Amino acid sequence: MQSIYEHVDLQNNYRRRKIVNKIMLTLTGLTVALAVVPLVWITVYVLLQGGKYLNLDFFIHLPAPMGMTGGGVLNAIEGSAVMVLLASVIAIPLALLGAFYLLAKPSTALAHALRFSTDMLAGTPSIVIGLFGYAVIVAVQKHFSAFAGGVVLAIIMLPVVLRSAEEMLKLVPREMREGALAMGAPEWLAALKVVLPAAAEGIITGIMLGIARAVGETAPLLFTALGNDNYEIGKIISDGLRYHQSIGKIIGTIFAQPADALPLTLWKYAQQPYQERVHQAWAVAFVLMLFVLGLNIVARAWMAHRRRKLFG
Amino acid sequence: MASSSTSLRRKLMHRLQHGDVLWWALLFLSAVVVVVLVLWIAWQLWVQSAPSRHAFGWDFIWPWVKSVWNPALDKFQAWPAIYGSLITATIALVLAVPLALGIAIFLSELAPAWLRAPLNYMVEMLAAIPSVVYGLWGIYVFLPLVVVPIGKALEPLGSVPGIGIFFKGPVPASGFTRLGAALVLVIMILPTIAAVSRDVLQAVPRSQREAAMALGATQWETVWKVLIPYGQSGILGAVILGFGRAIGETMAVTMVIGNSAGGGYSILKPGYTMASIIANEFAEAVSEMHTSALMEIGLVLFAITLLLNAFARWLVVNRTIKRA
Repeated sequence: MQSIYEHVDLQNNYRRRKIVNKIMLTLTGLTVALAVVPLVWITVYVLLQGGKYLNLDFFIHLPAPMGMTGGGVLNAIEGSAVMVLLASVIAIPLALLGAFYLLAKPSTALAHALRFSTDMLAGTPSIVIGLFGYAVIVAVQKHFSAFAGGVVLAIIMLPVVLRSAEEMLKLVPREMREGALAMGAPEWLAALKVVLPAAAEGIITGIMLGIARAVGETAPLLFTALGNDNYEIGKIISDGLRYHQSIGKIIGTIFAQPADALPLTLWKYAQQPYQERVHQAWAVAFVLMLFVLGLNIVARAWMAHRRRKLFG
Repeated sequence: MASSSTSLRRKLMHRLQHGDVLWWALLFLSAVVVVVLVLWIAWQLWVQSAPSRHAFGWDFIWPWVKSVWNPALDKFQAWPAIYGSLITATIALVLAVPLALGIAIFLSELAPAWLRAPLNYMVEMLAAIPSVVYGLWGIYVFLPLVVVPIGKALEPLGSVPGIGIFFKGPVPASGFTRLGAALVLVIMILPTIAAVSRDVLQAVPRSQREAAMALGATQWETVWKVLIPYGQSGILGAVILGFGRAIGETMAVTMVIGNSAGGGYSILKPGYTMASIIANEFAEAVSEMHTSALMEIGLVLFAITLLLNAFARWLVVNRTIKRA
């Protein structure tokens, strides 16, 4: 009987397939190398370039008037801190409660809607969230403010924290919650005193990723926080104390003013004709990269460590 | 004595149980707040864009050859911005998908265990770098060193009939072009597509790989003829997710695209994207109509990304265990 393979040179075909295999596998390796190039290029360039222009003044002074040398970005550092703090205060409890809802009622209609909304929120362009913040806060109050900036950053943080918190809560063995309930603990006590502590490490890493995300965001702040060269918390507090204002009033003043943020400053300085400003933009990039990548690295290393501990 | 303490305990426990009503109310409320938030965003964009929607109707997004975007005349047509978004995102996607697939295949199938963790790290870091930092690096390093030479090399295509309008030069010396925006986007969407595709490939059952190997397939044939077809819908989801990111990316694009309404269809000229025109003009919008027109661009942007993300989610979530 004739073989159906008679017309095929098997030996040759096999060699050809092996060569194709080698070539394609090598190519996939090359794509990885190609992706590493921009990462290393950006990181090294920003660290070298930015490092050159960093000094102490940069951290402790307000910006010098346009065209003058010296000055720093204290306003942006404080503005970023204040707005990210507000964002955390709003987003973290909301995200955790949402995650607990998903844990308790994983397949109700509301749970599906919540998961869907979270994913949609994560995919919404941040500039659109900025428009929303402008419409519901700035346009209503008729002024730009750190408050509006903090709220839009909270919306950015929310899906990041909620997703990771849901995943981390799911990793806690059911028996722990059931054990607590069996001993007579009410649902909320079991959640807060048993489940939450067990998932705490993972949730904190999620929060760190959320903060890293919020610190680097520029687009939503463009027309909510706007920017403010004279934003100085120390001065607001000392003024408040001088006029015997209440703590509530002082905090109100801190949030009612337009504020700057590090990425906002970077954006404004990046294309200015003054060399000094461009140099400071690189220095801001340095600080942002260090902070954001640092948080990411620590969070992910911690998460990996935890996974190894849990799953061996 | 003992009995009174247990009854006290019981009473306390009973009291604490009341907390559950509050607890459930809080959980329910938080879930509702997040869902309502998305609806609220859509509603606000819809309401705020009303003047523009009423004044311009479908003309606003219609692909006019000569679109007018003139704040002084209060006349707005957004086609150049929409075109800018579509062309930059499409170019970015065409270049990023093969690279991302290569990375995904390497990470899930080939990388030795010791290399896997650091490489995964690197992909995540690429996604974590803030958009403005990409922009700054883009302006001073990437545009002059990479984009301008590539643009110069593409200029001769400008005289080819048919595709010539897409390559009309000359490239500006600064490099601020749609091409520059597209190439920066390649780097920025690479980690999204690569990470999701990697998860999709890893979710393919072992038996599929073993069956292919048992039939004598080479490793590449296993990947190309078994794993990728098996995960095709998930990979398509990853690609769509990448497209959504590219469309919505704002700061880096705003910083390198040059922000100009001219430029025709050429990728070697500066332009706008939907996101960049909002970033660039909103804070200085001169009239109510101008603000409203930018809100309508936001609405279009939101609608597009919502549809893309919902579709991608349906493709990815239904078919993989892990979520990206």
